[in-house]
Amino acid sequence: MKITVNGNRHELDVSPDMPLLWVLRDELNVTGPKYGCGVAQCGACMVHVDGEAVLSCQMPVGDLEGEVITIEGLGTPEALHVVQQAWVEQQVAQCGYCQSGQIMQAAALLQENPDPSDAEIDEAMSGNLCRCGTYPRIRTAVKTASASMRRA
Amino acid sequence: MGRVRTFSRRAFLVGSASIAGGVAFGVFKVNTPYPNPLAENLADGEVTFNPWVLIDGNKVTLITPHADKGQGVMSMQAALIAEELDIEFGQFETSFGDPSPAYWNTAMADEAAPFMATDQGRTAEAARTVIASLVKLLGMQGTGGSTAVPDSYVKLRQAGAMARETLKRAASEMTGVSVGQLTTSGGAVHLPDGRTLNYTELAQAASGADPVLRVDLRAPSEWRMIGKPMQRLDILAKSMGTQAYGIDARVEGMVHATVKTNPRQGGMLNGYDAEAAKAMPGVLKIVPISNGVAVVASNTWYAFQAAEAIGFDWGPAPYPAGQDQHWETLSASFSDKHLDSNWRDDGDVEAALGRGEAISAEYRSPYVAHAPMEPLNAIVRVTDAMVEVWTGHQMPTVLQRAVAGVTGHKPSQVRFHNAFIGGSFGHRLEAEYLVQAAQVAVQMKGVPVKMTYSREEDFAHDFPRHISMGRATGTVAGGRVEAIDLQIAAPSVVQSQMGRAGLSPPGPDPQIAAGSWNNPYAVPNFRMRAYRAPPLAPVSSWRSVGAPGAGFFFDSFLDELIHAAGADPMAERIRLMRHDVSRKVLEAVAEMSSWGGELAPNQGRGVAFVESFGVPTAEVVEVTDTEHGIRIDRVWVACDVGQIVDPVNFENLVQGGAVFGLGHAMNCEITYSDGMAEQVNYFDAEAMRMPQCPEIFVKGLENGPKIRGIGEPPVPPAAPALANAIFAATGQRIREMPFSRHVGFV
Ligand code: FES
Ligand code: FES
Repeated sequence: MKITVNGNRHELDVSPDMPLLWVLRDELNVTGPKYGCGVAQCGACMVHVDGEAVLSCQMPVGDLEGEVITIEGLGTPEALHVVQQAWVEQQVAQCGYCQSGQIMQAAALLQENPDPSDAEIDEAMSGNLCRCGTYPRIRTAVKTASASMRRA
Repeated sequence: MGRVRTFSRRAFLVGSASIAGGVAFGVFKVNTPYPNPLAENLADGEVTFNPWVLIDGNKVTLITPHADKGQGVMSMQAALIAEELDIEFGQFETSFGDPSPAYWNTAMADEAAPFMATDQGRTAEAARTVIASLVKLLGMQGTGGSTAVPDSYVKLRQAGAMARETLKRAASEMTGVSVGQLTTSGGAVHLPDGRTLNYTELAQAASGADPVLRVDLRAPSEWRMIGKPMQRLDILAKSMGTQAYGIDARVEGMVHATVKTNPRQGGMLNGYDAEAAKAMPGVLKIVPISNGVAVVASNTWYAFQAAEAIGFDWGPAPYPAGQDQHWETLSASFSDKHLDSNWRDDGDVEAALGRGEAISAEYRSPYVAHAPMEPLNAIVRVTDAMVEVWTGHQMPTVLQRAVAGVTGHKPSQVRFHNAFIGGSFGHRLEAEYLVQAAQVAVQMKGVPVKMTYSREEDFAHDFPRHISMGRATGTVAGGRVEAIDLQIAAPSVVQSQMGRAGLSPPGPDPQIAAGSWNNPYAVPNFRMRAYRAPPLAPVSSWRSVGAPGAGFFFDSFLDELIHAAGADPMAERIRLMRHDVSRKVLEAVAEMSSWGGELAPNQGRGVAFVESFGVPTAEVVEVTDTEHGIRIDRVWVACDVGQIVDPVNFENLVQGGAVFGLGHAMNCEITYSDGMAEQVNYFDAEAMRMPQCPEIFVKGLENGPKIRGIGEPPVPPAAPALANAIFAATGQRIREMPFSRHVGFV
């Protein structure tokens, strides 16, 4: 089995029903995507597959079609993704464990809808749990990112 | 027990001596410190001036020993050192350091002393000093109880100042320029002729210089950092997905594991069948542990899958099997036999209750799971010479003892590498998962084993917040609250938690009553009695511990009486408040929220005030009763911590605390059936999600005489403020958490 993660090709020898999350974390040491619940309840494991937000805990690696981008592939410290920039600016994170997933979800939302309403933001982000309660800042950061995307 | 008593007596002597000698409480005692742990393993070219500063020819390292579980204390500790050391963010590295009694927590005593936080009289302060001495003698390092800021505030600035002055002395000896002519900034000493010596260049010279031990701290007017917005040191990594948590750690040659133990917590394992599991892909070994089994595999998911395939025969729970029995036990504990402490008895409650028509109510607060996003995990490697542990934990010495107890090493042979924690809320005070990880590692000697809980195991084995029940009776007269008689029955969380660490603390459990009796109101007749119910399910400290339950009971009942009196909920609380700092908090929240303004007919507002961890906190919640249920629209929080270190992080923590308090009050509980928690994953305990999150406005006041932590205090007032708001909007009084048992939420 071969998969492409953040532009790198990998050869794998694992059960095809292993969720992508565990392939990334334990086999490839790509640890940005987090294990939170394993049952599509928290969003901490979110990645992009061909640009679409996907819960990697729900994606058997054998069924994977397309290129995987994880948070590590979104931006670099020198060239942050606009969403990451907004997250830094608003200082969203507390423990930060949920934030990879929040950022990947927000990036997918803004890709599709660069100017979401409050209700659209709430709706899109409703699958991403934050136990630390950073929701007010997430909301502001999504709007900050949206504004700078529209400026660019 | 004998041991503790010996220590207490010694502590009292030391405590009295300190008081007599006028040594200020909480100040790092330069003349009687523990040895500096950094000095023990100093590499060539390194120099250290105290347990928090390490410099070599290449870099400055600041030791930030408090565990960071999201509250931002790594950054906060570094900022306090950097403020006096004259070094900027980006010019140094940080490390959690090795466990050491030198990092004993100077602020833990404040919460442990059985006095109102607002009481700063001689007796209360003397008791705090005595307890602090005990904490010091025991060398208790730990993070919890919102103590990281108060513990660090003075001693870390002193550490920075001592290092700075010693570096200046070294520069003076090196250059012949007198110390008085030297200045410092940006991690360097500056000479009057414009030359600059970086601290790293001075490391060698400074190691020979006499350390400067007496320093004056700068006046607040000179601060560069404290009180001003900072960018937390971890914010970039946490926005890039590169922050490594314990669950992300990797050690050469590591294997993966998971455990399953009796979901009837503390119950035995009668037998198991792992034949099918053994043959599953990736499985390396299946080994027994206390009350359960561990699967060792080449990958966490293989371990999870195989653990699911094991058949178990679990024994019964050592506590009542059904939730109803837990409540019945509490209900039967309101008797003299169970009286734990009479915390307050102002005026003459009996007489006052006889005078008017008494109002009575009963309240409940359920078991609640911590359920932080990062499930419990640890890497342990056991060799003959030592044990190494990689995990995020709040109590290094508890960890060392727990692991050593399994492996047979001395606690000092347990090397602990602390890690960033993906949320705790009290979960990472516990050591059971470490015992399990060590039990697996002992059976895989030499091999590092990373043990990870599944989310389901994490829910099943969360030691939740304790349940409690409140019974209140009161009277009103002439439009005023006249009498409150509050009784609370709960199992002792301190007894349960400390018991697991092999300790049995003497005296009453302050957490049964915390958040109720200590609110500085002057209700003319006020009695508060706490009853200790027999132990039930094992319980643990949950963010703000006793105050979310007892605070909910007290403030809700006060609200009921105020409504019965026909008074305004804000005005009557302000009238009753006898503590200036607290009154200003109420006045601030009234002003922020424009209390008393116009609302739609289906809207309502509630206010609540709870003092916890020394922080008076008032919250106003505004709700709308919609056709889809209750919607929380806006929340205002005012509180007083004496001094805010970083206003940005402060606001984030207060907002998060309000979300935490509201979300759990809305829909979270752990209930037992057949001895097992019925809630297995987040779909059973959602708390708040984004669409339910209100706008939250925060105001931090700085009138209090002592600096306080903000991790926990915003949690307790959230639930009563919400219940009071729902009452205002609908006329329905909710006396039981979670409120979803009685109303729907949008
Ligand atoms: S781990 Fe995938 S949604 Fe929670
Ligand atoms: S920041 Fe901790 S869970 Fe979101």
